Amino acid sequence: MSETKPTGKVTGINGNMVSVVFSQRVIQNEVAYVLTGDNERLKSELIRVRGHEADLQVFENTSGVKVGDPVEFSGELLSVELGPGLLTQVYDGLQNPLPELAKQAGYFLKRGLYVYPLDRERKWEFTPSAEVGQILSAGHSLGSVPEGIFKHQIMLPFAWNGEWKLTWIAEAGEYNIDKVVAKASQGGQEREVRMVQTWPVKIPISAYLEKLLPAEPLVTQTRLIDTFFPVAKGGTFCTPGPFGAGKTVLQHSLSQRSEVDIVIVAACGERAGEVVEILREFPHLDDPRTGRKLIDRTIIICNTSSMPVAAREASIYTSVTLAEYYRQMGLHVLLLADSTSRWAQALREVSGRLEEIPGEEAFPAYLESLVAGFYERAGLVRLPDGSQGSITICGAVSPAGGNFEEPVTQSTLKVVGSFLALSRDRANARRYPAIHPLESWSKYKSIVPEEQLRKARKMLREGDEVNQMMKVVGEEGTPISDFVVYLKSEFIDAVYLQQNTFDEVDSSCDAERQRLVFGKLLTVLEKNFSFNDKDEARSYFQRLRQNFIDWNYAPWQSDEFIKCEKRIDQALQKAQG
Amino acid sequence: MRKIYHRIIQISGNVITIEADNVANGELAEVRSERGISLAQVIRLQGKRVSLQVFAGSRGIATDSEVRFLGRPMRLSGSEALLGRIFTGNGSPRDNGAALSDNMIDIGGPSVNPANRIIPRNMIRTGLPMIDVFNTLVESQKLPIFSVAGEPYNELLARIAMQAEVDIIVLGGMGLKYDDYLFFRNTLDAHGALSRAVMFVHTASDPIVECLLVPDLALAAAEYFATEHNKRVLVLLSDMTNFCDSLKEIAITMEQIPSNRGYPGDLYSQLAARYEKAVDFENAGSITILAVTTMPGDDVTHPVPDNTGYITEGQFYLVNGRIEPFGSLSRLKQQVNDSTRADHRSVMDTMIRLYAEFKETLEKQSMGFRMSEWDRKLLKYGALFETRMMDLSVNIPLEEALDLGWKTLAECFEPEDTGVNTQTLQEFWPKK
Ligand SMILES: Nc1ncnc2c1ncn2[C@@H]1O[C@H](COP(=O)(O)OP(=O)(O)OP(=O)(O)O)[C@@H](O)[C@H]1O
Ligand SMILES: [Mg+2]
Repeated sequence: MSETKPTGKVTGINGNMVSVVFSQRVIQNEVAYVLTGDNERLKSELIRVRGHEADLQVFENTSGVKVGDPVEFSGELLSVELGPGLLTQVYDGLQNPLPELAKQAGYFLKRGLYVYPLDRERKWEFTPSAEVGQILSAGHSLGSVPEGIFKHQIMLPFAWNGEWKLTWIAEAGEYNIDKVVAKASQGGQEREVRMVQTWPVKIPISAYLEKLLPAEPLVTQTRLIDTFFPVAKGGTFCTPGPFGAGKTVLQHSLSQRSEVDIVIVAACGERAGEVVEILREFPHLDDPRTGRKLIDRTIIICNTSSMPVAAREASIYTSVTLAEYYRQMGLHVLLLADSTSRWAQALREVSGRLEEIPGEEAFPAYLESLVAGFYERAGLVRLPDGSQGSITICGAVSPAGGNFEEPVTQSTLKVVGSFLALSRDRANARRYPAIHPLESWSKYKSIVPEEQLRKARKMLREGDEVNQMMKVVGEEGTPISDFVVYLKSEFIDAVYLQQNTFDEVDSSCDAERQRLVFGKLLTVLEKNFSFNDKDEARSYFQRLRQNFIDWNYAPWQSDEFIKCEKRIDQALQKAQG
Repeated sequence: MRKIYHRIIQISGNVITIEADNVANGELAEVRSERGISLAQVIRLQGKRVSLQVFAGSRGIATDSEVRFLGRPMRLSGSEALLGRIFTGNGSPRDNGAALSDNMIDIGGPSVNPANRIIPRNMIRTGLPMIDVFNTLVESQKLPIFSVAGEPYNELLARIAMQAEVDIIVLGGMGLKYDDYLFFRNTLDAHGALSRAVMFVHTASDPIVECLLVPDLALAAAEYFATEHNKRVLVLLSDMTNFCDSLKEIAITMEQIPSNRGYPGDLYSQLAARYEKAVDFENAGSITILAVTTMPGDDVTHPVPDNTGYITEGQFYLVNGRIEPFGSLSRLKQQVNDSTRADHRSVMDTMIRLYAEFKETLEKQSMGFRMSEWDRKLLKYGALFETRMMDLSVNIPLEEALDLGWKTLAECFEPEDTGVNTQTLQEFWPKK
């Protein structure tokens, strides 16, 4: 241990919160280590200073810690390593690679065991792109290495303020990440650039020129989203819903099928088993867009519910920082956080132990600004080289009792651009994805024309009204014209809103297919049918539904697909208009 | 020799505070009072002040009662000698056997590294169509029965346990009625399963906070058998609501700000730390957890069932002696129901969807509306569904249940009424 490192001593322990007396200078949010009698180093973050006492949240279980145990301050903020090799990794909330931990510690996690996030040995093929003498600033690319299908840019470290003059650059060759690949100077001071840099997770990386308004749709291949409640590249959306409504299944589907470059899955305080599915399946699943495996464009940050809660809080920031890093390379990143409520609960636990004055449901009063700050890190940006990159954030929200009138849902609603409300009733009725078509909303642009969409929305609303009315006056008291409106709205639901995530074909409906199917759907909606009675109407729509569902299950432009489409056209012609 | 303390400076709820040095967080102590010896555990340290939760409760503790630190956290003997034994909520023998001291392991250990888990792949057959067809139970699943007092939840738990193909059964009883304890013991005995079972039983007459250790003891035993002996272990926990209420009591005593109806803000993490011990290993055994969560006021949004539902992999909703199709869910079913039989998913989805429609019709009927032809089909269907699928007395293999499903559909509907895709219909719709 070097002598200059400030140290302290534990004075109190309350759950994962440890109080420490110190005598030298300390920094808010710096990393510290509590040293236990068993020679374990428990990583912690300083989160409050009062006089000569500091409060640390420990990222580990604190059992066995004693008053008087020494504490070592690092002087560095909680940071992540950024460099080639992040893709395909599975990290815990503090960026420890879980497979490596498993190799070293076996079945169970071992506290105090930390491993380098990136492989120190692996060689990367570096191609320089900047020239000696060039003036650069933070985030400017100096060269690149291939990482999967991407050109991973090696950039001037984000922490370097001002302008730097490149004094030396390595020639093309194979280097590991710690090798110096460039040198740059500023006012007589020369510094070295390696392929790896660190960045404090709680500070946004902002080495871009400007933020732009998200406009281009992010196609998820889920009809209900892309057509009805679209998401834009660089936008934000949330999926609140009670337990079992389908938040995780939806996010898994998004992680596989969204048309983006990179997906970061942040499994935050949820079930380990759900991550295992991704972890075990993605290496084998083909990514139709690149011809490679899905894992090659994915990073998994996994701090599941039984892992230490303070690291859960950090995991959200770790994830978004990695997203920002790839955005700086001009890539489009989708960050899926499941669930932001668990992150908020981690904040609540910390706040409670600090004995702060609580807000609603004991959440800290500053919850709203933290939630806003997180979603603010999404966005479409223009980079120094003129290209664009984006981060789209989707946050699952798990409201207590499934009631949206609670602090996390409410603070999220204030800041997101699209709200996909998952409904218990729809899930119970197995109408998946259980996104409620009347309660959800989006501020982004759909992949189908606005006026068409309005018609479908209107039909859904009116169908619902008829349905409500029928509950009062009964089916016999409902005019057949109203009844047909109801049937049409149910038809939209059955053949378009509902989509089978577990079917290879139906699960992936790209924009072209959505436009075609939606067009056909509109023909049905706009057609004036004349039925003799309600039973006739019902059975007509049931048959038509059957045809449509068969169509949805048929591979795009296959024989079966064409046959199904014909059958639908015939059924429509036959119906008396 | 460890120091003994005689000056208790605070007694509040079931938490006592003394002044002591060199005490570790989470350490165990013995508190000796006129009522006997109780275990206690360090839950907070503040300078010299040490707060301990006393498992047998603080009643009868005097300010000069003796507190002796044991210099270790709570432990359990990891040995095969556990089998066939019955312990109390704090791990001491409840039967007449000897206390175990071999290979003592810490309870409440760290979580399994997610990288070491595998995707669950084995169905656990129960003979109940509501489970096997609609909410398939899977090895390594964690799943509670949501219910209310008076429902046969312990019977259901025992029945599944007896029918399931597992190597070892661990029962963790929390606030178990003495009759229920005897029921479990006798059921295990009657099936010759006692010798492959371990029981940690806290009964309703024991001090309430003593049940706090039960899940950790039971799960530590399960982990021992799953990792050291590659066994498939089934853990039964009843009733987890009592565990949560004990947590609440301690939290309130410690003046923690409650998040919801008095329950501490970390209820979710506390429950998850236990339930997440359910696991399937590549080269070792597995742990499956079936629990009972009684819902205070029959309210599923109550913090206990609510937090539980967010953690577990589904739930069986036991109402009026039946597993309700709505609200019940097995989230792992899709891991196994693609390889049971090709029509499994279609039967499952279709029957539930139509049952939902039946419920709507029932509502209309109760309001006195005329029933359409479609309504009449649904009414017939709903009644058959309830007797053939939902009744707990039904005990048939999955395949038979699927056939019965098609038969029921064909008795009530035309093929195109069902919304099943044509290919599946052609293959499975019963020929007239
Ligand atoms: N699109 C879908 N298609 C078919 N089944 C689904 C779909 N979405 C959800 N389900 C079913 O519902 C179950 C629960 O879904 P999911 O795990 O996504 O819920 P959740 O909202 O994430 O719940 P929690 O908040 O507890 O994590 C799934 O295991 C699956 O059985
Ligand atoms: Mg989920």
